[in-house]
Amino acid sequence: MSEEKNDLIDVQINGEWHSFPKGTRMIEACRQVGVEVPHYCYHPKLTSPGNCRMCLVEMGMPPRPRPGDDPPEPDETGHLPISWIPRPAIACANTIAPNMGIRTESEMTEECREGVMELLLANHPLDCPICDQAGECSLQEFSVEHGKGESRFREQKVKKPKNVDVGPRIRLDDERCIMCSRCIRFTDEIADDPVLGFTDRGSHTVLTVYPGRELANNYSLNTVDICPVGALTSNDFRFQMRVWFMKETKTIDVNCATGANITVFARENKIYRITPRQNNDVNSDWMPDSHRLNFHWIESDARLTDPLVRDGDKHRLATWQEAIATTADKLAGLDGSEIAVIASARMTNEELLMTSRLVKHLGAGHVDVVPREGENDGYLIAADRNPNTNGVMLVLGLENPGSQLEAIKDGIAQGRIKALLCLQENLVEDAGFGSELLSKLDFFLTSYPLANPTADIADVVLPGACWAEKTGTMVNVTGRLQRLNKAVDGPGQTLEAWEIIRDLIQATGGGNGIYSATDIFKQLAAEVPEFADLSWGQIGDLGIPLIETGETIPLLEREKERIEKGLIVG
Amino acid sequence: MAIVVKRPKLKWWEHLYLPALAQGMRVTLGHFIKTLSGKKKVTMQYPEEKWDDQLPEHYRGAPALVTDVQGRERCVACQLCEFICPPRAITIKPEEIPSDDKWSKVEKRPKAFEIDMIRCIYCGLCEEVCPEQAIYLRKDYSITGTSRAEMVHDKERLYEIGGVREGLVNKWNELK
Repeated sequence: MSEEKNDLIDVQINGEWHSFPKGTRMIEACRQVGVEVPHYCYHPKLTSPGNCRMCLVEMGMPPRPRPGDDPPEPDETGHLPISWIPRPAIACANTIAPNMGIRTESEMTEECREGVMELLLANHPLDCPICDQAGECSLQEFSVEHGKGESRFREQKVKKPKNVDVGPRIRLDDERCIMCSRCIRFTDEIADDPVLGFTDRGSHTVLTVYPGRELANNYSLNTVDICPVGALTSNDFRFQMRVWFMKETKTIDVNCATGANITVFARENKIYRITPRQNNDVNSDWMPDSHRLNFHWIESDARLTDPLVRDGDKHRLATWQEAIATTADKLAGLDGSEIAVIASARMTNEELLMTSRLVKHLGAGHVDVVPREGENDGYLIAADRNPNTNGVMLVLGLENPGSQLEAIKDGIAQGRIKALLCLQENLVEDAGFGSELLSKLDFFLTSYPLANPTADIADVVLPGACWAEKTGTMVNVTGRLQRLNKAVDGPGQTLEAWEIIRDLIQATGGGNGIYSATDIFKQLAAEVPEFADLSWGQIGDLGIPLIETGETIPLLEREKERIEKGLIVG
Repeated sequence: MAIVVKRPKLKWWEHLYLPALAQGMRVTLGHFIKTLSGKKKVTMQYPEEKWDDQLPEHYRGAPALVTDVQGRERCVACQLCEFICPPRAITIKPEEIPSDDKWSKVEKRPKAFEIDMIRCIYCGLCEEVCPEQAIYLRKDYSITGTSRAEMVHDKERLYEIGGVREGLVNKWNELK
C-alpha cells in the first residue's frame, strides 16, 4: 500500500488535484482526467520530438525559497502553493513532477494555441474541398477551436510539390504537411524502413523520400492513418468517399492468425476502406497493407449470389430449400463413414460449433480443415494465415488441423468416401484436391463466397457470406477471443455459414431453434469448457484472453521494450 | 439572429375586416370594368408568355452547376451539397482529373453529378454550403418530364442549365 502510494504523484490540473503514477507525461495525465490537450506531433506509440508546439500549456511548481527564507507552507489539502512559470511548456515530452500545476484553459495557453494555429495555417492551402482528410483532420478540428477565422498573412503562400508519388500506395502533398514528423518516426522506429525525411529549411521545409527509394514497405499505409493532416493519402482510398458519409464497424482482420483489430468504413453496403483499431494486446495501432487492402474482392463479379444445383453438365439457379433438400436426399442413403466434411479455419467459433454438430449428426467419418502456412514477417503477420486455427482445435476438437486431408484424398480415390461437404473452403486451389479426384465423388457440396474451380465440379454450390458480412468470434494466435462484427450485408441470397449448416442439420432430420450467432455463442459457453461462463457482451470490442498458447506477436514485444526504456508512452 | 416583426395595432373598425373587404372588391371591380371595356389586359398566356424577366435575383429555381469564364468546371466533388441536401436529392461520384488535363492541379472533379428533381425541394442549402461557388439555384422553375429517369438531372444537363458565371473567386488559378 505504502509502496503504491509512493509511486503516485499529485498534480493540479485546471485547479483540481489528481494522482498519477510517476513518469506519466503531462499530456497523458491530462487525458486520463478527461482534459484534452491539442497536439499534432505527439503519438503514444512513437518518440516525442516535441516539434509541433501545439500542446503548449501553462505550468507551475512550488516556489523555491531563497536561502534563509521560510519554505512554503502546505495548504489544508497538504499541497504546496504553485508559482506559475511565465513560459509555456510542451505537455507531450515533459513528465509530471510532485506538486506540479498544469493549466490548459488559461489565457496564456489559449494564446499559445492561437499563435501556433495561425502559423500552421499561414501557408496551408485551401484544399479542404478536395482533401481526403477533411472531416477527420486535426488541423481542421483545432482551427475551429483555436483558429482566427481569417488570415492576416497577405504575402504569397510558399509553394511546394503537390500530388507526389512517394510509394506504390501513397500520395504526398507537401503543401498540406505541417512537419509533425510522425510518418518519419513511424518508418524509422516501427517499420524499420527509414526512407522519409525533411529537406530544406524554415518555411521551405519539405517531406521527401530518400533519392532512389520509395515508401513501399508493407506497413506504409499506417503513415496515412497517423498523418494528422492530408499530406499523406492512400491511393486506394483517394477520392473514393468523404469520411463523414461512412458507417464504422469495429471488427477484426481475418487474413492471418493475429486477428488485428480493425474498423471497416462502409457506405450503402459498400466497403471503402479499412483502418487499424488500437488494441495494445493484438496489433498496437497498426496493420499490414496487404491485409488492409484485401477487401476489394468482396465486391467482385465472381461473388456467388444464389444457390446452384448441378443439372447435367451445367449448374442452374435453385432456391435454398431446393439446394438443401437435394443435399439431404443425397446424404440420406449414405453411411457416416462414407461422408467427409472439410470445414475452414476461416470460420467463426459459432460456425465451427454448428459444423461439429453436423458432423456428429451425420456421423461423418472424416473431418478436417485446410491449413494455410506462411512466414511470420517479424511484425504483425503470423505464420498461420488462417484466422481461427485455435478455434478449430477448441470447438471442432481437431488436435492437428490439416493432418486428415491426405486420408480424405485417399478415401475419395479408393471410393471409400462417397460424399464430401466442403464448407467455406476452396479445395482445388488451396488444398491441392484435383478436379478429377473430386469428380469421383457421388455427391460434392461446396459453399464459398466466390465462384472458383472447386465450385465448377460441385453438385451443390451454396453462396456463403464473407468475413465482413458475418457476426461471430475467433481465437487469435495468442489465444485471445475476439469478436467479428457484420459491416455490410451479403449480396443476393448469401447466408452466413452457421445458417447454412443449421439448415443442413434441420433438413437431414435434426431440429434446432437457433436464430442468431449470439444464440450459438450461449451454447458454445455451455458446451466447450474453455468458453465456460462467457457471454457475448463480456468479449467487448477488444476481446479477452481465452487460452495460453505461448505465442507472441513480435511487434508488441518490441513495443514493450520501448515502453520499459521510457522511449514511448505506449 | 432572429428578426422581431412588429405587428400593427389594429383599430376596432379594422378588426371588422369589412372596410378592407370593400376596398378589395373595389380594386377587383375596377379591373373587371377595365378588362370588360378592353382598356387593360391582366391575364398572361402561360406557357407561351412568361413572367421570367420579373423574377427577383434571389429567386430559388432549379439548382445547376456552373462553369467559370476560363471554362473550368467549378465543382470539385467535395460532396458537401450531397451531405447537406435535406431530401437527399444529390448523388455525386468523384474522380481524379488526369494529369494531362489543363486543370490537373485541381486534382478532383465529379465523374457523375445527379440531382433528382422529384426529390429537390429548392431550399438552396446546396448553394449556401458550396465552398467552390459551383452550384447555384437558377430561375428555371418549370421542371417537367414524362418519366422518373427524365427528372434526374445529370452532369451534362446541370451544366446546360447553369451556364457560365462571371465574377467568381479564382482560388485555383495562378496562385496555386
